[in-house]
Amino acid sequence: MRRSFASATALAAMIAVLLIAQAPAAGQAAPPSTKSVPAKAAPAAKPWTLPRTPDGKPDLQGIWSTATVTPLERPKGLGAKEFYSDEEFAKLSTRIRQGDVGEEAELGAARENALRYDISLYGGFDITKARFASNKRTSLIVGPEGVVPPMLPEAKQRNAERAAKNKGHEFDSYENRPLSERCILMAQEMIPMLPAAGEGNLLQIVQGPGYVAFLHEIDHSTRVIPTDGRPHIPQNIREWQGDSVGHWEGSTLVIDTTNFSARSAFRGSGEKLHLVERFTRTADDAVTYQFTAEDPTTWAKPWTAEIPMTKTQGPVYEWACHEGNTMISTILHGARVQEEEAAKKETK
Amino acid sequence: MLCVLSLAAWPSPAQAPAYRAPRTADGKPELSGIWQALNTADWDLEGHAAAAGPVPSLGAVFAKPPGPGVVEGDEIPYLPAMAAKKKENQTNWLKLDPEVKCYLPGVPRATYLPYPFQIVQSQNNILISYEYAGAVRVINMGARTKAPADSWMGWSNGHWEGETLVVDVTSQMEDTWFDRSGNFHSDAVHVVERYTPRSADTLNYEATIEDPKVFSRPWKITMPLYRHVEKNARLLEYKCPEFAEELLYGPLRKKPSN
Repeated sequence: MRRSFASATALAAMIAVLLIAQAPAAGQAAPPSTKSVPAKAAPAAKPWTLPRTPDGKPDLQGIWSTATVTPLERPKGLGAKEFYSDEEFAKLSTRIRQGDVGEEAELGAARENALRYDISLYGGFDITKARFASNKRTSLIVGPEGVVPPMLPEAKQRNAERAAKNKGHEFDSYENRPLSERCILMAQEMIPMLPAAGEGNLLQIVQGPGYVAFLHEIDHSTRVIPTDGRPHIPQNIREWQGDSVGHWEGSTLVIDTTNFSARSAFRGSGEKLHLVERFTRTADDAVTYQFTAEDPTTWAKPWTAEIPMTKTQGPVYEWACHEGNTMISTILHGARVQEEEAAKKETK
Repeated sequence: MLCVLSLAAWPSPAQAPAYRAPRTADGKPELSGIWQALNTADWDLEGHAAAAGPVPSLGAVFAKPPGPGVVEGDEIPYLPAMAAKKKENQTNWLKLDPEVKCYLPGVPRATYLPYPFQIVQSQNNILISYEYAGAVRVINMGARTKAPADSWMGWSNGHWEGETLVVDVTSQMEDTWFDRSGNFHSDAVHVVERYTPRSADTLNYEATIEDPKVFSRPWKITMPLYRHVEKNARLLEYKCPEFAEELLYGPLRKKPSN
């Protein structure tokens, strides 16, 4: 058990990484978990009251899942249509659970053509339990456009230069490998949170006086966010996950994040990335997560997505990525062996 | 008489303090805050003299600072065969210490690494976020639960005994160490921690360590923990895998072609 858990997590990381590499647009991939609990219908008679912590703040605590197959961006054929009707939503849910998937669903790692590895080891992805976002949105991005705004020329150039620099050197050193492979920043620990269909969506929220802690199962990534109105840390301190400060607006927790490292690059963003996340509890088993991303050096305008979070059963496992990471050394070693063999051939 | 009085007056962190901590909204002692040990326990739990550091070019910057030790009774009670393994670990410190590689530290080492940690105290769970390696654990304060798997940070069940938070830690993997001197444990290690407020800005920390595969009897470490009272105190990001990559993967870098 001891070793196998560590290596299983490393393997899971590897699969996620390889799949992400195959489907860069999705940016979300991992073997699924079976932990999700379907939302229960609330009892009709009783009006719901917002649960509060002993010090009177809205209580967001629990283990939540953002798993959904609703795509980030709206399928082209749907135009400005933001919501499905009840009937359309029911039909679509039936269709996907029968395995009939079009552009309307984003399966990430669970897509059949994305599978190169046997993810049944991790419980498999049970398509009969696939869920579209309960808000019946056609895309996680809100608004008539439903897509990430076009990337500015300067951002395109910045990202192209970065990619060009690495091209042909992908296997030279650990520095050339993706951040997720290096256990520095996995796709599902990045903020803003973007869901995947299967594993990697568990978030545990713990609230103490003056702070809200977010623990992502993936890579045990933790943010402890002060809610006392303090300012951001000095601008010269740049962090992979940025600096988050929060405050309460009515029943909503609002989190403001700046100070990103340019190396984090959320969908090609730069270090001017500014995020505003909003968490609102809407039912015993539901929190609405909304984020707005803006970066004047990357997108022509800010954009907003909304993702329903559903209460799930734990436990949250320890997802120790770096400790079991044999992938980087295996990949680099493989590349060195190939080079040696090529050199031998040349001298023959 | 004089002797007795002076002994009684001598502050011993092991004594049960009379201090009563402020209460949380649900009436429990309030432990929330950013804390840090201020000692050399991570260098060596046992008492030790100052010594040269392992890398001569770092000079006095990374020399080993002296410390009186935090082990009750001064000595860790290794089984005879295991004392040899500790020596071996110590000799091969830089090669074997999981801290050098930025691996998760386990408990109790997470507490006295030279980095702050933050307690986020809720009713049903107490989350501890450690700056080092972004390590984290959630102490379950409800009905006792069983670990779903062994892990680096172990599985923590807690309860209150008066002023004291008692945490029972099981299911730790054998891969973590206690310090930079090669003190170690097996996968049978069982740790019981006690966090007791001793003043507004200090906690008393005790950990009893039991591991019949490695030690002849349970033993205990004791130390105060200090609150970060700076106005701008925060845990900052210390994702150290990237600082260990050159060490771990540097030798596999592509050689420059001549």
